[in-house]
Amino acid sequence: MNQKYLIPLTAVFLLFLIAYTGVEGAGLQWFFGIVFPYVAIIAFLAGFVYKVLGWASSAVPFRIPTTCGQQKSLPWIKQNTIDNPNTSTGVFVRMILEIFLFRSLFRNTKAAFNRNVSNRLSYSWEIFLWLGALAFHYAFLVTLLRHFRFFTSPVPSCIKFLEYIDGIVQLGLPGIMLSGVVLLAATLFLLARRIFDAKVTYISQAADYFPLFLIIGIAATGLAMRYFTKVDIIGIKTLAMGLATFSPTIPEGVGGLFYGHLFLVSILFAYFPASKLMHMGGIFLSPTRNMANNTRAKRHINPWNYDVETHTYAQYEDHFREKMVEAGLPVDKPLDKKE
Amino acid sequence: MNKNYIITGLVVFVLAVLSPFWFNIVTTTQAMPEAELLGKSKTEKKCVLDKYEMRANHMSLLDEWRDAVVRDADRQYKSANGHSFNMSLSTGENSCLGCHEDKAKFCDSCHTYASVDPYCWECHTNPKEIK
Repeated sequence: MNQKYLIPLTAVFLLFLIAYTGVEGAGLQWFFGIVFPYVAIIAFLAGFVYKVLGWASSAVPFRIPTTCGQQKSLPWIKQNTIDNPNTSTGVFVRMILEIFLFRSLFRNTKAAFNRNVSNRLSYSWEIFLWLGALAFHYAFLVTLLRHFRFFTSPVPSCIKFLEYIDGIVQLGLPGIMLSGVVLLAATLFLLARRIFDAKVTYISQAADYFPLFLIIGIAATGLAMRYFTKVDIIGIKTLAMGLATFSPTIPEGVGGLFYGHLFLVSILFAYFPASKLMHMGGIFLSPTRNMANNTRAKRHINPWNYDVETHTYAQYEDHFREKMVEAGLPVDKPLDKKE
Repeated sequence: MNKNYIITGLVVFVLAVLSPFWFNIVTTTQAMPEAELLGKSKTEKKCVLDKYEMRANHMSLLDEWRDAVVRDADRQYKSANGHSFNMSLSTGENSCLGCHEDKAKFCDSCHTYASVDPYCWECHTNPKEIK
């Protein structure tokens, strides 16, 4: 056991228990169902905007070309226009691929000693982080979008279509939604990677485990409600619609598990801007990804360069002309005859 | 990156996050359907499960019934309140729709509200529609 994951694990358990007992024991539905979700969404937006504006105002004095391919050079040398773009179109394609397909992760390699006599250090392509991350992010996105059915009435047809595709396997009743299952499986895989891969364990901090446990908790409580313990969906939708239309009501009979789920989601939102999860906004501002490598073609002037006081040769000669003429040195401009 | 792009992106993001709020302002919002007991169900005063259980759990119950009927030919459901019911969604007086006569009100109104599209009606028919 390792305190770096034991503490976040305990924290997530406690957070869930706070909401569960708060509702089941103390009847604090109004706090966990109304007050805290509003607080969380305000904290999320304010924190997010604050963070991004802070990044926007920080200096980016020069291009940082990370060369993952041949840069634009002589006409007979083939340029890699996506990995080392010199135009904004190339940068756009690189950003799209980065945001939607996580190309940087795709290049992930691992270093290990060969398991034979030579015992040489060798690097190999490691695709599983990329696969797990891709599965996790898309499953989370679909799950999030599916929850719009609780905030809209009538539900837009695009959300219905998403639900239809997500439930295409039609297993059981209520029909299984693939995204929820993939979400839990992928987060568990990403967690297992941090726990069992010694090199990743070594660099993992509590701040890496906490969001993982939080999302695992959210997925687990969500799946439990949908497939195992069952809840009154109409009641929950009334609560959600009430929140969205600023006239919240607490439905009868909805138990602690739902409020635990909602509280963990609220915690995730409130915690988001202060955490590593801000890579959601940060990916757009990655200096190595969002700038064209045109340092050789275009002169970039450092925006905060101050005016350096220079002393040109003409000024120097003006200053010392008399003495230069006296000493017989050649001057560009002859001495004024009047003086 | 150009600051104007960042601000534009940020505004779009904030609007997207707030979409549940403004979406309900710009579109007309359908109210929650009122539960209403009609026809026979109004006077019967007994159902297979109690109200909350029924709301939360009816799909699992129907799933179990389907398996019991199709695989074991077991058509009698003895409920916790001591009454016996015919395990059927739409056939006969003692089925779900035999008592709750109005499918549109009993099934569809809540399913539409919660955006649930059950595949019951791909095989079953509403007895009212046959006549």
